[in-house]
Amino acid sequence: MNPQTRERLNKILGRIPLHVVIIILCLLWILPTLGLLVTSFRPVQDVNESGWWTVLSERGGNVAYETYCASCHGPAGDALPAADLSDPEFISQYRRSIQISATFNNEYDGEIHIPEDQRPNADELATILTALREGAEGEARPRFWLQNYIDVLAGYRGRLTYAADCEAGNIIPGQRECDFLTDATVSQAAMGRAFINTVIVSVPATLIPIFFAAFAAFAFSWLDFKGRQALFAILVGLQIVPLQMALIPIFRLYVDVGLNGTFLGVWLFHTGFGLPYAIYLTRNFLGSLPMEIFESVYLDGASAWTAFTRLALPLSIPAIASLGIFQFLWVWNDLLVALVFLGGTNPVMTYQIGNMVTSLGAGWHLLTAAAFLSFLVPMIVFFGLQRYFVRGLLGGAIKG
Amino acid sequence: MAALRRKKKPKTKRTVPLIMRQGTVTPWLFVIPALIIIFIYIAYPTLYTGYLSLRNSDSSEWATAACREGETCWGVFENYRYALTSDVMLKSFRNNILWLVIMVPGVTAMGLLFAVLVDRVRYEALAKALIFMPMAISFVGAGVIWGFVYDFPVNPDNPNAPIIGILNAALVSLGQKPVPWLSSPPLINNLALIVVGIWLYTGFGMTILSAAIKGVPDELLEAARIDGASEWMVFWRIMVPLILPTITVVLTTMTIFTLKLFDIIYVMTGGNFDSNVVAVRMYQEMYINFEAGRSAAIAVVLLILIIPVLIYNIRRFQEQEAIR
Ligand code: HEC
Repeated sequence: MNPQTRERLNKILGRIPLHVVIIILCLLWILPTLGLLVTSFRPVQDVNESGWWTVLSERGGNVAYETYCASCHGPAGDALPAADLSDPEFISQYRRSIQISATFNNEYDGEIHIPEDQRPNADELATILTALREGAEGEARPRFWLQNYIDVLAGYRGRLTYAADCEAGNIIPGQRECDFLTDATVSQAAMGRAFINTVIVSVPATLIPIFFAAFAAFAFSWLDFKGRQALFAILVGLQIVPLQMALIPIFRLYVDVGLNGTFLGVWLFHTGFGLPYAIYLTRNFLGSLPMEIFESVYLDGASAWTAFTRLALPLSIPAIASLGIFQFLWVWNDLLVALVFLGGTNPVMTYQIGNMVTSLGAGWHLLTAAAFLSFLVPMIVFFGLQRYFVRGLLGGAIKG
Repeated sequence: MAALRRKKKPKTKRTVPLIMRQGTVTPWLFVIPALIIIFIYIAYPTLYTGYLSLRNSDSSEWATAACREGETCWGVFENYRYALTSDVMLKSFRNNILWLVIMVPGVTAMGLLFAVLVDRVRYEALAKALIFMPMAISFVGAGVIWGFVYDFPVNPDNPNAPIIGILNAALVSLGQKPVPWLSSPPLINNLALIVVGIWLYTGFGMTILSAAIKGVPDELLEAARIDGASEWMVFWRIMVPLILPTITVVLTTMTIFTLKLFDIIYVMTGGNFDSNVVAVRMYQEMYINFEAGRSAAIAVVLLILIIPVLIYNIRRFQEQEAIR
């Protein structure tokens, strides 16, 4: 080996620890989210029976069957014709695991069915029975399904299939036709409805502050008026006033004027608390543009209005994009404002999930599906427009 | 961050360019709508909350009315007595301090670590995106994610109950007993919650610090290395002092985030098991106990805690403007 290659090799080897550390940290960072994602697609029984990391291994029931029963009953359960465990009719006699464990003391041809020390415990037996029943009926449950999403979208907590249950008249929201889409968009308990509400809240609550901020930012950067610097310094300070300060007064105000529980009320609240940061960010951007371009339009006889609409607005599109994405995600992910001003009247997704966690104790299969639904849009926005989002977030300060 | 973009231009005396003089009325037409909204939603409520904090639970009388004979009373500041000295509130403050002491340096250190590490590899963008991703999702969602990580079996006495929380599964595979992470007060559950906070915000710290690190001139670092300084020394003696302003920004920003923290605790423990914090307490006083006065007093305390940072931000802004 010549010295040059050796040196290069050493360099590469020397960097291995670095890569290992980075990769381990990154894996650690995404592991929790991965668990959520996998779980949201697993059938209820699996979620409750085994950890999500075992998703690709053999199911517990089958494993336990292999261990305890297969030696006599055969891998398919049909080795003993008089006790054919793969026969649906036969297995349907044993509805509960207790009924099977009762046979363990039976003697067949002088031999005890299963000796005391080789028996599965109650939990294992239950999983064996489930596995046997599913095997016998020939419809083993899939490893992944979309049922959790269907249930959670329609606000339908955990029975097997939405359509079948609905036709049997079991559907919770009422006696309508079995119209999944309608149930998902009407039912108060549904994430489908909450998803729509979240969109209704987020879009205007992003556009309105940007609209007002653009005007104000233009004036703060390219128009002169008395107290301009002082006012702007105050705005800088207001950015971090905690929105807790406004909850009670605005809540009372809304009760008086009938804005409580309305979308308009929330839009305006987000506008109020979004504005200082929005103005700050946009002004910093506009203020960094060269003065000459404004000079030239004014010299051409344009008014402040024309300079704003024709020049400042088009030029500040990148800043507005950053701001928009930042504000959009902020509102989309907000819980406190929605909790106070919308509550259950027009529940948004964060409210709905918070409710599922705290009061209803919905199963993890539904909670994870609901949470992932709420991540869908932020994830798309984030991975699609990451650069703008980062710029919006790092633009200089923090907000209420 | 702003501190980074500080441009070193020659100082010139500030004069308003002629171009900007567009009459006295026009500029106000541009700013007034925004100012009115800000006034209604931030300025007026802040003052009103201050007033409410001196009133009783339904704001019908001064807070003095809540005083009982023979007990300590702060008169019209009675709500502040509750906000500053009651057991529940003291516990909340203790937890907030725990959060501050661990999460603020935690995020800064982890962020710095990541920023330095990924700066040296080619898949920097991917690694950063993975670390930063939690910032894009809701805290409520993060609560669900971590609630699942911390899951504790419903009937822990049954040795065969399946364990579906990955953290407890790891413990059990090491021969330990599962731990009820979120209901073991006061240290374990608060730490478990703080880990969630660090997980969420590290991406934020990393992104800001990474930008600062990229701003450090390579020649400086190289020169030190050639002089025989170890990587460790290069980092502490050259890198850290140079990015100190940015580190301060991360520290102050995280301090504010931490003080205002609400969602994680509200969703994951609801403030139970001694895990309450000030912001959650404020909500509970108002919407669960219907104690408007106390709730307002807590909000005011929160604001007062934040005011130093607020003033610092304005100062920093004015300095920047001066050299703009
Ligand atoms: C040592 C061999 C052996 C093992 C192990 C074994 N079985 Fe059996 N099992 C038998 C025999 C033999 C019969 C009787 C078949 C017959 O009636 O001829 C039987 C019968 C049964 C029956 C019918 C009982 C009745 O009397 O109606 C059931 C149900 C059954 N087994 C379930 C299981 C399950 C579940 C397991 C695993 C937990 C298992 N067996 C393990 C040998 C075994």
